[in-house]
Amino acid sequence: MNYDKEFDASGLACPMPIVKTKKSLADMASGQVLRVVATDPGSVCDMQAFAEQTGNTLLSSTTENSKYVFLIKKA
Amino acid sequence: MPAKKMAIIATKGALDMAYPPLILASTAAALGWEVQVFFTFYGLQLLRKDLSGIAISPLANPAMPMPVPMPVVVQMLPGMEWMATTMMKAKMKKKGVASLEELRSVCIESDVKFIACQMTVDLFEFEKKDFIDGIEYGGAATFMKFAGETDVCLFI
Repeated sequence: MNYDKEFDASGLACPMPIVKTKKSLADMASGQVLRVVATDPGSVCDMQAFAEQTGNTLLSSTTENSKYVFLIKKA
Repeated sequence: MPAKKMAIIATKGALDMAYPPLILASTAAALGWEVQVFFTFYGLQLLRKDLSGIAISPLANPAMPMPVPMPVVVQMLPGMEWMATTMMKAKMKKKGVASLEELRSVCIESDVKFIACQMTVDLFEFEKKDFIDGIEYGGAATFMKFAGETDVCLFI
């Protein structure tokens, strides 16, 4: 799937994947899609909680090459 | 829907206990929450400009995982606290855990309000010049005013 911006959170531990995802979304336009790659297994639950609480849409949450990949559509 | 609110009282100044208030505050801010942290007693150490003195001690800390079992009489030797702190910081860096400085910066950038307890600042004879800029100084009533309106209120 296409995306407008990518943020690589590989190697970062809680809470930085979430904190920096928030920062990455800040300069994006509504409806644009951010791809986040993370290695923190906790980010699977965290990213869902982040999306639910911020109104952004978690389009997908998958695993690729033992990394966690998220597509988030900005509200 | 109005933003959720969280208030934290941070009372501890050891390396391990310095993390939870800053992690929770920065995360809540990222979620759009309004956050205030009230630093009192040893928690005031987290507001110092220089955080390099924040340490962890293996003493009286039986739950701390050690590379090799270490009797208490060894843990109390000079230099052991320095060693434990150095090892913990190295491990944190290796595991991608943000530094206290980084987490604190994130909090400040995302408008988390920091309040230093004036009573304990005076008690320990700290000086305002030792602390970072942009913080407020207040007492229990200042904390209660905001805490009374919060969704989450924690004592750490």
